[in-house]
Amino acid sequence: MSTTTDRTEGARSTAAIPDLRYSDAEEQLRAVVRDLLADRSPPAAVLARVDAGEADDVPLWRALAADLGCAGLLIDESHGGAGASYREAAVVAEETGKAVACVPYLTSAVMATTALLGAGDAELLGGLASGRLTAALAVGFASMPGTEMGSWPVRVGPPEDGDAPGVARLSGTVTGVAGALAADVLLVPGNGVPLRLYVVDATGPGVTRTPLVSLDATRPLADVTLDRVPGRPVASGEDAARAVAAALTAGAGVLASELFGVAEQCLGMTVGYVKERHQFARPVGSFQALKHRLADVWVAVTQARAAARYAAACLATGDPDTPVAVALAKAAAGDAAVLAAQECVQLHGGIGFTWEHPAHLLLKRAKSASMALGTSDRHRAALAGLVDLPPAPGN
Amino acid sequence: MLTEAGQAAELRQQVRDFLAGHDPAAMPRLEFLRARFDAGLAWVHYPAGLGGQGLPRSFQGAVDAEFAAAGAPDNNPARIGIGLGMAAPTILAYGSEEQKQRWLRPLWTGEEVWCQLFSEPGAGSDLAGLATRAVRVEGDGSWRASGQKVWTSIAHVARWGLLLARTDPDVPKHAGLSYFGLNMDQPGVEVRPLRQLTGEAEFNEVFLTDAAIPDTDRIGNVGEGWRVAQATLMNERIAIGGGAMPREGGMVGLAAAAWREHPEARTPGLHDRLIRLWADAEVARLAGARLRQQLAAGTPGPEGSAAKVVFARLNQELSAFELELAGAAGLTYDDWTLRRPQSLSFFGRGPGYRYLRSRGNSIEGGTSEILRNIIAERVLGLPTEPRIDTKVAWKDLPR
Repeated sequence: MSTTTDRTEGARSTAAIPDLRYSDAEEQLRAVVRDLLADRSPPAAVLARVDAGEADDVPLWRALAADLGCAGLLIDESHGGAGASYREAAVVAEETGKAVACVPYLTSAVMATTALLGAGDAELLGGLASGRLTAALAVGFASMPGTEMGSWPVRVGPPEDGDAPGVARLSGTVTGVAGALAADVLLVPGNGVPLRLYVVDATGPGVTRTPLVSLDATRPLADVTLDRVPGRPVASGEDAARAVAAALTAGAGVLASELFGVAEQCLGMTVGYVKERHQFARPVGSFQALKHRLADVWVAVTQARAAARYAAACLATGDPDTPVAVALAKAAAGDAAVLAAQECVQLHGGIGFTWEHPAHLLLKRAKSASMALGTSDRHRAALAGLVDLPPAPGN
Repeated sequence: MLTEAGQAAELRQQVRDFLAGHDPAAMPRLEFLRARFDAGLAWVHYPAGLGGQGLPRSFQGAVDAEFAAAGAPDNNPARIGIGLGMAAPTILAYGSEEQKQRWLRPLWTGEEVWCQLFSEPGAGSDLAGLATRAVRVEGDGSWRASGQKVWTSIAHVARWGLLLARTDPDVPKHAGLSYFGLNMDQPGVEVRPLRQLTGEAEFNEVFLTDAAIPDTDRIGNVGEGWRVAQATLMNERIAIGGGAMPREGGMVGLAAAAWREHPEARTPGLHDRLIRLWADAEVARLAGARLRQQLAAGTPGPEGSAAKVVFARLNQELSAFELELAGAAGLTYDDWTLRRPQSLSFFGRGPGYRYLRSRGNSIEGGTSEILRNIIAERVLGLPTEPRIDTKVAWKDLPR
């Protein structure tokens, strides 16, 4: 059949859309990270950690954070960082997603770091950039960007004798915090007047971190309970609210790239398998029923990549379209990763349902991350508000 | 070596110099376009001497913008989309020097419109099984083509057709095809409108009865037609994947506008569908932009095949959404009379038309099922289905 293209509607140049490709520098960074993860975090090693209940891979995190400098990508050079941007940070996340790596990269190097960049705390930033310190933002990992500061659960009490000036005593429980067990430092949004963001020693007295049994055992969650713990304020009022909001938005945006990495890994693994696996005297990948499903996964992956790159590019420049970009990317990449991981299990057949095969690690990472920092549905609902598509009356 | 910005500035200067010697207001349109072609400012990514300068495709925007700013006439690309998008790249890749010189200039200026003669009633998805025969004439080596082509847009105004025909029925089907430029302006070519389910006739049936083709109009070697046709089809799918457009620039804009204008028609279910479609359309727009960035940099990815599958689904679901949102009006249709549109537009007609026309989007230019096969086999490298039709002489295949 002959073609029909529609050229009548307002064609406009793509100048307004940032470069969505990977730069050479980004590809070089990817190669270094990929080599490290292939060497130190193959699927069997990840599975062994899960079995042993040692989900935080401290040596790997040290290598990634300090030796490769990935902890300092977002931190400028004057604070000892690499002065890179969310574009590079997102490429690293793609690789940690592909490897289902047991490292607090997203929670420390992206979320906590973003919050501290907003607060402008030079001392902590230096520690984070060098990989000496690991931090976590004490909010539930299920939190949707845009959650009101007033709903944070930690109460703010008066200082006690001997406390340094400005210090407050924090009490309360934050449930389901990712990266808390690996953290040296907690950033705690305190629900006082004004709202403030506090720095807390994660290992100090009065701090209890209770591990949860996480759906994704490679990213352990914990309930964090504070009992009159001294907190040093690093941001106050609007600044504090902005720092936490920026951390959640950046977290969701970079998590989209991680999810894209998971999706791509699932697709690659499945394609490799159906080429090898023979039934009915032919590779199962030659059956059209399977080919079409994998083609659909590939389509979803290509779409998710564009969305995730756009979110990273918008975050990198502080583009006003960032909220739209992050909502689009989180929903698209989350759905693509879950589709790819579910198809990965299904198209592997029996072996895909076993504990020994790594498919379940990817499935759990995909499903868990797709729900973390706002489900796809919540992000689409946010999008509706951002782009003026109001709901039906009464809804 | 000029920088990219420097090269673009130098091209703009070339356009201004050209305009200084060729006032578009003072000379006939066609003469102006011919001169622009001869100055290498038609399509800068084409070779020198063929309307271009051998530059990356990304520089074309600067040239077009400079001409548009001067109020110069363009070559009406919507009218000659098949020529520009499919015939020209095919001729460039496989045509002889003489063919490039003879065909590309009138193609670009729009003097000679091209159409595509591929599909047949008996050969749709299985294009390589086509039955139109081209038989060599003893003596002068020319060809006579006979058979029936279908789904040919603009055949009724075309001067040339890209013809894929069987020249050897005694070899397996892919090996027996050859590719020609067919002169449409001759007695052996009959064009009849083909009415489609929307009521109009965008397309034609083309009946060939001993249509004459000089051997100098053969594109590529005898028996190489399948390979040449692949070049055409790859360019078709890139074209169908869509050009650059602003946010809400396509059919999603109509759906979103209708939603905003009709609060009384809103339901929770439709809202959910609309947000999903809006997000999918916007992500597809970004993916299209990324594809064009790769093309402009000379590193095209395989994502064009994804774009067409996504585009077809979105058009179908968005138009269905729009029709349902229209309520009682959705039960009506604007016009069933047989029209003969010169080019396709989804706009300017009602949602019922869009709903019906978009059914063709997953059929034309490769069905979505065939595209999934192509993605699976060529992009993902999955093995082909066992086949009975590729090793046997075409004439011996069951049909």
